[in-house]
Amino acid sequence: MKSGSNLEAVLAAGHFAVTSECGPPRGADVEAVKKKAELLRGHVDACNITDNQTSVVRMSSIAACSIIREMGLDAVMQMVCRDRNRIALQSDILGGYALGIKNVLCLSGDHQTFGDHKQAKNVFDIDSIQLVRMVKRMRDEGKLLGGDDLQGRPRMLVGAAANPFADPFAIRARRLKKKIDAGADFIQTQCIYNIPKFKEWMKQVVDMGLHERTAILAGVTPLKSYKMASYMATSVAGMDIPADVLERMKNVPKDKGAGAAEGIKIAIETIEQLKEIQGVRGVHLMAIEWEKAVKELVKGAGLHPRPMVEAHDVANGEVKDNG
Amino acid sequence: MIIAEQKAFEEIEKRLAPFTRVLVLGCKGCVTVCSAGGAKEVGILATALKLARAEHGLPIDVRELTVERQCDPEYLEPVAVKAGDAQVILSMACGAGVQLTAERVLKLPVLPAVNTVFIGVAEKAGTYAERCQACGDCKLAATGGICPVARCSKSIMNGPCGGSTRGKCEISSDVPCGWQLIIDRLEALGRMDLYDEIMDEADWSTSRDGGPRRIVREELE
Repeated sequence: MKSGSNLEAVLAAGHFAVTSECGPPRGADVEAVKKKAELLRGHVDACNITDNQTSVVRMSSIAACSIIREMGLDAVMQMVCRDRNRIALQSDILGGYALGIKNVLCLSGDHQTFGDHKQAKNVFDIDSIQLVRMVKRMRDEGKLLGGDDLQGRPRMLVGAAANPFADPFAIRARRLKKKIDAGADFIQTQCIYNIPKFKEWMKQVVDMGLHERTAILAGVTPLKSYKMASYMATSVAGMDIPADVLERMKNVPKDKGAGAAEGIKIAIETIEQLKEIQGVRGVHLMAIEWEKAVKELVKGAGLHPRPMVEAHDVANGEVKDNG
Repeated sequence: MIIAEQKAFEEIEKRLAPFTRVLVLGCKGCVTVCSAGGAKEVGILATALKLARAEHGLPIDVRELTVERQCDPEYLEPVAVKAGDAQVILSMACGAGVQLTAERVLKLPVLPAVNTVFIGVAEKAGTYAERCQACGDCKLAATGGICPVARCSKSIMNGPCGGSTRGKCEISSDVPCGWQLIIDRLEALGRMDLYDEIMDEADWSTSRDGGPRRIVREELE
């Protein structure tokens, strides 16, 4: 085991993994984090905490990860390259690990023009692929990017994102290979609505043998309404919502909750189809500001209860630090 | 070339409010080529300043001068003389020109009339676009002659990110995705092998991050 995280243990035992995410509050409200995490407890193997997603200031991912970890959830610390240089990134990886966080998801980060501080200076010192490689080196070689030795390695499972729906499509599996070459142990994809296109991408991935070198968790976001669906289809870069899905959301009765019910139904059908695709090792459920939907999705897709896998204490256990 | 654009007239007017004798100083370098601060623009701005003051019944004495290059001390020598009893110099050069003029004409304040925006090219008449960030470590050989630092909104070395859509960047449908351009070019050159290698972390010490830069070439001294 590389990290001994619950997510790693679930994947290693060959289970179909379920991860989800929580967006931290736009404030210092600890209860808001706990409330969201409580909705996910027992339904996911690990929970991502987003890192100032869409460039909007929120409670730090490290802090919120630490809070949910204390609640007993396995946390995935999302980390974007937008706001921190290589000094701060490495420092936060060490700090996050010191607080008991065992998974990290390495991302470039949305550009700050989307957020609430458009005047900000961005960093982008290194990119997501270089971040993956840097964390892997810290963990496996005990070295900082600058070459110095670490006093204590961060034993974290390293994740990265993949968007099969971004352009150019022909390059997407090839770019995934770069992330895997860099050291990505698991991949969480952009939300999937266009299943034929996802299958086409997965075929390329499988043909390249990439599914055997990393664990691919397919992204699913339940739609809440036609308004949300059409906004995502037209205004979110790299999002692909086919006409038939939009049509289904459009045609739901006007009754309260009908849109959400249809959205959940579509998401469950999607998960069922994803389970059958070769190379898909789990799902990543992103119920945006709708964490209570996760329970319904997990139960509806027959993924409950979650496996109880013995956690491994890597730092003090079977993997000895030779450094 | 360095691309600049004139500041809002109101801002220039406000900065000049305390003065009645102004030297508008143009530059025949980049700002002439991008029509921001050459002799023609000096004339237009001088006229506009006179008209604006006249409208309020206020006096102003505007002199005009355009030198070869404000970024070269050799051409700045006559400026102090030409300025005469002017109280202020309004420079229409790039930020480098404004600063060297200020270094050479110590007794007068030198105000900028343009914003220096980027190092770029003329895509067509009147349209300029950024091409170089002066990172000090040119990477164009590995990326098909298209710069990931300047052309990708996130300066990603291993792109494109997940926001690339139909050839455009996530920040705007007016901005081409730099990595789409790189891939198109590498494909055209039959060099997609370059794409598969993970590009190393940039060494930003050669860029502005290493502090203000300076080059000394003794053979030219």
